[in-house]
Formats: sequence, C-alpha cells, structure tokens
Amino acid sequence: MFIRRDESPALRFLRITCLILLVFLAGFPFYWMIIASLKPFVHLAMNPLNLWPIPGELTLAAYKEVWFEFQLGHFFLNSLYVSGITVFLTIALATLAAYTIARIRFRGRTFLSRSILIIYMFPAIVIAVPLYTLFTKFGLRNNLNGLILLYLAQTLPVAIYMLYSYFKTLSPDLEEAGLIDGCSRFGVIWRVTVPLSLPAMVSVALYTFMIAWNEFLFAFLFIDSPKNFTLSRGIMQIADNINVSQQLLMAASVIATVPIILLFLLLERHLVNGLTAGGVKG
Amino acid sequence: MRKSEQRLAYLLLGTPAVIVFSLILFPVVWNIWLAFHRVRLLDLRNLSWWQYPATLDNFVKIFTQYDFWPALAATLIYTTGGATLALALGLIAALAVNPPFRGRGFVRGTLLIPYIAPVVAVAFAWRFILDPRGVVMTALLGADLMEQPIHLLGQRPWAMMSLVLFEGWRYFPFDFMFILARLQAIPSVLYDAAAIDGATPVKRFFFVTLPQLKLVLATLFLLRFMWTFNKFDDVFLITRGAAGTRVLTIKVYEFLIGEFDVGAGAGMALVLFAVLGLFLLVYFKWVMRPAEEE
Repeated sequence: MFIRRDESPALRFLRITCLILLVFLAGFPFYWMIIASLKPFVHLAMNPLNLWPIPGELTLAAYKEVWFEFQLGHFFLNSLYVSGITVFLTIALATLAAYTIARIRFRGRTFLSRSILIIYMFPAIVIAVPLYTLFTKFGLRNNLNGLILLYLAQTLPVAIYMLYSYFKTLSPDLEEAGLIDGCSRFGVIWRVTVPLSLPAMVSVALYTFMIAWNEFLFAFLFIDSPKNFTLSRGIMQIADNINVSQQLLMAASVIATVPIILLFLLLERHLVNGLTAGGVKG
Repeated sequence: MRKSEQRLAYLLLGTPAVIVFSLILFPVVWNIWLAFHRVRLLDLRNLSWWQYPATLDNFVKIFTQYDFWPALAATLIYTTGGATLALALGLIAALAVNPPFRGRGFVRGTLLIPYIAPVVAVAFAWRFILDPRGVVMTALLGADLMEQPIHLLGQRPWAMMSLVLFEGWRYFPFDFMFILARLQAIPSVLYDAAAIDGATPVKRFFFVTLPQLKLVLATLFLLRFMWTFNKFDDVFLITRGAAGTRVLTIKVYEFLIGEFDVGAGAGMALVLFAVLGLFLLVYFKWVMRPAEEE
C-alpha cells in the first residue's frame, strides 16, 4: 500500500543514506558508552578512535567496582522500588478512575475528562520551588515515598487519559451482562474490563516505568542522603567523585540504560502505541 | 443513575484527584504566592508566613540582574533550535522509514533509543564524546579539519550549538513516531492521483505529503517548544549553564539551591511561565489556527 512504485534510484540512494546516517547518529553514543565501559581508560586515552572491541582489552572490572564499591547496586534497588511501586499504583488508581469517567455518569464528568490533560501541561520547574518548600516543611524530602507521590502526580493524568480513551472504544455490553449476572462494579472491572484492556495497560505500565526510572530533576532536588539515592541521583554523586574514571561512570550509565532498553525491546509494539497515544512528556 | 453509583464515582476519582491537586495544582497557586513575598529557605520553619507583606522585590531582583536578558535570549535560542532540529530530524527519519524494507523493525527500534534512555546516562556519554580529547575532536583533528581542539561544551558559541544538537538528537524519536503514524494514514489515492498528473517526487512531497502533515508538524513543534522551554535536566547535565547556555530554568535552580532564595526562584518560575504563555498565545493565533482551518 505504501510502496512508491516509482521510487527513482537517486531517491532510493538518498533515503538509504539518510537511514544509515540516522541509525549511526542514534546508536553511536550507546555503542561508545558500552565500549568505554569495557575498555580500560588508558587504551581509549591513547587512541580515542580505536573503538573496536578487541578481546584482550575488554574487562568487566568497572562494572564490579561501581556496583559494589560505589553502591550502584543499592541505587539500582532503590530505582526498582520507586519505579515498581509507581507503576503498580498508577495502573491501579488510573484503571479505576478511567473506568469511572468512561462508564459511570456523574456530575462534573465532562469537565473532569476535559481538564485532565491540561493538568499535565504544567512544567516541572514551575512546581519544583513550591514543592521544595512543601516537602521540606512536611518532612517528605529525602524520602523515597515522597518521590513516588511526585511521580504519581505526573503519571496519573496521562495514564487516566490513555486508559479512558481505550475504555471508550470497548463496548459496554459485556460489562452490563456481568452487572446483570450479579457481578459488582469491581468484579466487572477485574473480570471483564482489565482482560480486554491488557495492551493499553502494558503501554501505560511502560510509560510510567520510563518516567519513574529516568526521572532526574525531583530525585536530584529532593533526595539528600546516599541511602535513598535512585540511579539518576546516584550516578550524579559518583560523577562528583574526583577519583572516578570515565570507564566507571560509563559502566554505571550502561547499568542504568540496559533495563529500560530491554523492557522496551520486549514490549516494543505496545510502547510505541503507548507513546503516541499519550504523548510522553519529557 | 443510582445514588450509590455516584458515590462510588467520587470515591474512585478521589484518590488520584487529591494526589494531582495537592502536588500539581496547589503548588502552582502557591508558587504565585511565593513569587510576591520575600521568603528564604530558612523562613520555612517560621509558621506565621501570612505576616509577610506582599512585595515586588523578587521581580526587581530578577529583572535587574545583569544576566536576565542574556538568559532569556539563550532560552529562546535553545528552545527554538532544539525544537526545530528535533522536528527536522524526525521528519527525515519518518520519510526514510515509511516505505517497507528489510530490517525496518531494527531501524525503528534503534532510532527510538535516544528518547527512552535515562538522561543522566546519555548526558555523561555526550560529555565524554565531545571532550577536547574525546573521539569527535580527535577525528576532526586527524582529518586536518582544524588545528586546535575546541572545548565544545565550554566555549561560545559551540556550547549552545552542542546543546541544540543534543536536544535534537534526544527528542527527534518522539516527533519521528508521530510523523510516521500520520504518514501511514495518508490515503494512497492521493499519491496515485499525483502520479497520474505526472508529479515529480519533489512536487509530490510539497503538494501531497506536506499539506497532510501540516497539523501534526505544527502540534509537535508546539509541544516540544513548551517542554524545551521548561527543560532543566538536559542543560544542567550537559553544560551546567556554562559558556552562554545559562537558560532561565538554570537561574531558577541557582536562586533556589545556590542562594536559598525561595521567593526569587518562584518569581523566576512565574516569569518563565508568563513568557511561555505569551508565546503560546501568539503561536495559536498565527500557526495553529491557520493549520487547523485548512
């Protein structure tokens, strides 16, 4: 359907050149990151252009060092905790809220469904200062659960909007049959709506995980003690240490990048759909 | 509907509503209050904030600082440059990936990586790559394209150019996905008609493809402009605001963390918000509405 039957050789050449350049541009920093994490710095310093993986040169020492001696393993677990809980709570709360807006008639419904997305247009930096004072005042600073609350506030509007759009495309017939057969509202959501919406749920979960896993600003402003650092914050801390080599820092960066890319590769189709449906802020 | 259904509805919406209101809407309102009061971080312990008189001192401080106008200019260059480059790269990528070919899935996946990786990780990689002794400079020197290495992230105007490049690199996948989705929705009848009329590929692009993409391009530019205008992470991680890249968000941070001046930080955030609002108004009137009408 989309084949330009008459693509000229010149055009084809141009297109393929663009493709190669773009793939190189997008992929090179990651390739470099991996090589720099495996090659001892002396080799790269002597010849920065020799980026081939030469078997004898490569070593995993930097990974071991950064994971154990620089506590990256600990930061990794913190990130996993924050992202996991954020995903779970976002899915649970957003499913119920989106279902309510899509199916139950109540006063203020139209206003609410229209105003959800406006909320998420407020930039993080505008709320950063007042949140900083709020969190300082109520002792939520330097607290991973405070961070989770912040991420929820960011992910919920989009998650609700995405799920709401999806629920609207589902026919209510099956649900009504369930209600008539004596299921409660929750029973219907759990047995009918959720199974039918799995693709949308996966998209929302990935989107949420990506936000929570990658977030930098709030983790940087609000978390003070290494005990509570997430990966992003922890890598900043490691970078501030003057004894840290490029190799070590790149090993840490690879460790932070790999989970999100793996997850993305596993569920790529859903993620792409999810991203275009919600329009991930960032 | 039954009363109990109504109550259930409010209950289910209540929790997300409370979280979003208290952590987004309330801070926005409170930011306005802070902007008009001289509050410093140490005052946070003090409970009687309402005794503080309202004042414009924060704004006097902001506007009379020697680097306010350069910071505003830097913000506009960074934002316009970044949003434009991301859109251009996204469009090229979408056009190149649109026809089916072998390995398309791999290409599409690779192109998305810059966008999904943690910003901290990619920012550090870029800093090493652009280092005067890094791979880019070595390659340029080796090819005799220059005699002296340039400190790309520490010299004007290279720092700003590198930053714009980073922004385009990091966010073009987002535009790419949306443009690709829109491209695939263009009815092929239009291309058949154009082919019958004997339109060259260039003409087809300008008279069939581009008009169809106008609205999505205008929307993507708008979104990216808004998000880049408010971007702090990327600038902070890549240049720390050095060499002409101190944008307004960096100044918010400097007031808050550098000077513990909460009032001035809030004021700066408000100025940022106001400038952006002004831009959006103009953009909607001059770009979005004409694009929608056609």
